[in-house]
Amino acid sequence: MTITVKFFASLRERVGKAEARLTPASGMSLQEIWQQTTPVAMPDNTLCAVNMEYVDHNHIARDGDEVAFFPPVTGG
Amino acid sequence: MAVEIHAQAFDPWQAMQHYQQQHITPGKHGACASFIGSMRDFNEGDDVKTLSLEHYPGMTEKYLEKICDEARSRWDIMDCLIIHRVGEMHPNDPIVLTAVWSAHRGAAFDACRYLMEELKSRAPFWKKETLKQGERWVDHNTQE
Repeated sequence: MTITVKFFASLRERVGKAEARLTPASGMSLQEIWQQTTPVAMPDNTLCAVNMEYVDHNHIARDGDEVAFFPPVTGG
Repeated sequence: MAVEIHAQAFDPWQAMQHYQQQHITPGKHGACASFIGSMRDFNEGDDVKTLSLEHYPGMTEKYLEKICDEARSRWDIMDCLIIHRVGEMHPNDPIVLTAVWSAHRGAAFDACRYLMEELKSRAPFWKKETLKQGERWVDHNTQE
């Protein structure tokens, strides 16, 4: 299975990449995906989305999912 | 209902007038409430020279549409419009427009406030400021 991982804003700079691709054998939690993608510790206030919907860190990503990690939003 | 992300400067008053002419039936609305947010040249006690706005393409539009749908289901409104800038901007540049049309003022005021507050807490945008001393990410929004 393939999972696309995206990082935005300050997290992209901290992690040093905008995107990664994982090919795990089975579903993984977003916490595990973060750990597999970067040695940087996940900041406590990190927000997560799967397929462009907010989810919590324990959500299990499946084949084909787009996972995103980003800091608190500051638009407007 | 429309949600637009602009990479270039926009004129919110012109955009609102244009939208009203194109989409709002003349004589049917009695109220139009709008909010325009623009770039300040100061933040947290520092002078800010430029602002760079990043977004998550796709998810941003999805959440702005979701917020408009929620407003339409909570209040008796006719239509709404959200325009938000991305990219680099300068002090006084408009950042965001939320506008709501309805028969009466109460729904327009309340729904317009709702669009703005929900946008600020849920739509994936991030601001980075350029100061005299260098760049910094804005890590939280002001309460009101």
